[in-house]
Amino acid sequence: MGKHKTPEINSGSMADIAFLLLIFFLVTTTMDTDTGIARQLPPIAENNKVKTEVEIKERNLLPIKVNQYDKLLVGGKPTLVNNLKEKAKEFIKSNPTKNELPEMEEKSIKGINSPVLVSKGIISLQNDRGTTYSRYIEIQDILVSAYNELRNEAALQYFGKTTFDELSEVQQDAIKEIYPQRISEAEPKNIGGK
Amino acid sequence: MSKFGNNDKKEVPAVSTASLPDVVFMILFFFMVTTSMKEVELKVEVASQSLPQATEIKKLEKKSLVSYIYVGKPRAAFQKTLGTEPRIQLNDSFAGLDDIKDYIIAEREKRDEAEVPFMTTSLKVHKDTKMGIVTDIKQELRKASALKINYSSRKKV
Repeated sequence: MGKHKTPEINSGSMADIAFLLLIFFLVTTTMDTDTGIARQLPPIAENNKVKTEVEIKERNLLPIKVNQYDKLLVGGKPTLVNNLKEKAKEFIKSNPTKNELPEMEEKSIKGINSPVLVSKGIISLQNDRGTTYSRYIEIQDILVSAYNELRNEAALQYFGKTTFDELSEVQQDAIKEIYPQRISEAEPKNIGGK
Repeated sequence: MSKFGNNDKKEVPAVSTASLPDVVFMILFFFMVTTSMKEVELKVEVASQSLPQATEIKKLEKKSLVSYIYVGKPRAAFQKTLGTEPRIQLNDSFAGLDDIKDYIIAEREKRDEAEVPFMTTSLKVHKDTKMGIVTDIKQELRKASALKINYSSRKKV
């Protein structure tokens, strides 16, 4: 009996152990993809420069104000959040026959043969210090989605693709020129207290 | 003598599974290496569930170029000393508004000069925070000319 070789350790269960560890790491690994709304802040106005107040005609501006109770005032009228997208789209799209909507300008755009009417509208967003962050993000999100929907419509109209993302870079730039994303955020004002 | 002629008598040998552990270990190591444990210890309450929701979100590219600013209530352990007003956290510690500029400059120095224009600041803000503090942070970022920002939010379902 003593002459027998020590038997090899059975390594058959090695795979099981490794699998167990593998599954543990597979489960715990969170491929943490950070997502969010990308925005570009305006550069700060330098003190020594004379502030040039750009005059914008009233009809070209859609002021959106949010107060400390998270209530909305769009173009001077109280508005529900659910209706904001429609209003924003109407404003961004504009219409040359309507006087209350922003002015439109004929522009020839690279990649599109005939000149296109481009609106001069600017959306101005002003929030109170007491507005909650979730409402602010909600409004930003609605505005971006209004732009995206219009850009998708334009993509279909001019290039026959259903979404903006399917277009080539040149085409995307053309669409961006038709619907430039102009959301201005007013300099912060302290009106409603904390 | 033919190599192929007479193998109908032999049994087909079982496929060797000896290398299976090696394969599995290789995958295991891959996951062990890529798993990133949380880099910063959060001292304010901004769990991913408490970020605001949005539909038009984009993925944050190039994580190495992102600096984070956390804003939220101090966690329960700190509330005795700091109260429940929302606070800013930079790196591993609480910070004031004045520290943001230094933080951005420090973050810039860590990166290659050519990469600086592509740096993004991600704002991870608890959804119940008031905009006052966020506006102040945005003003500080403008002063530091860190203009590319990202309001961290999760997908609306």
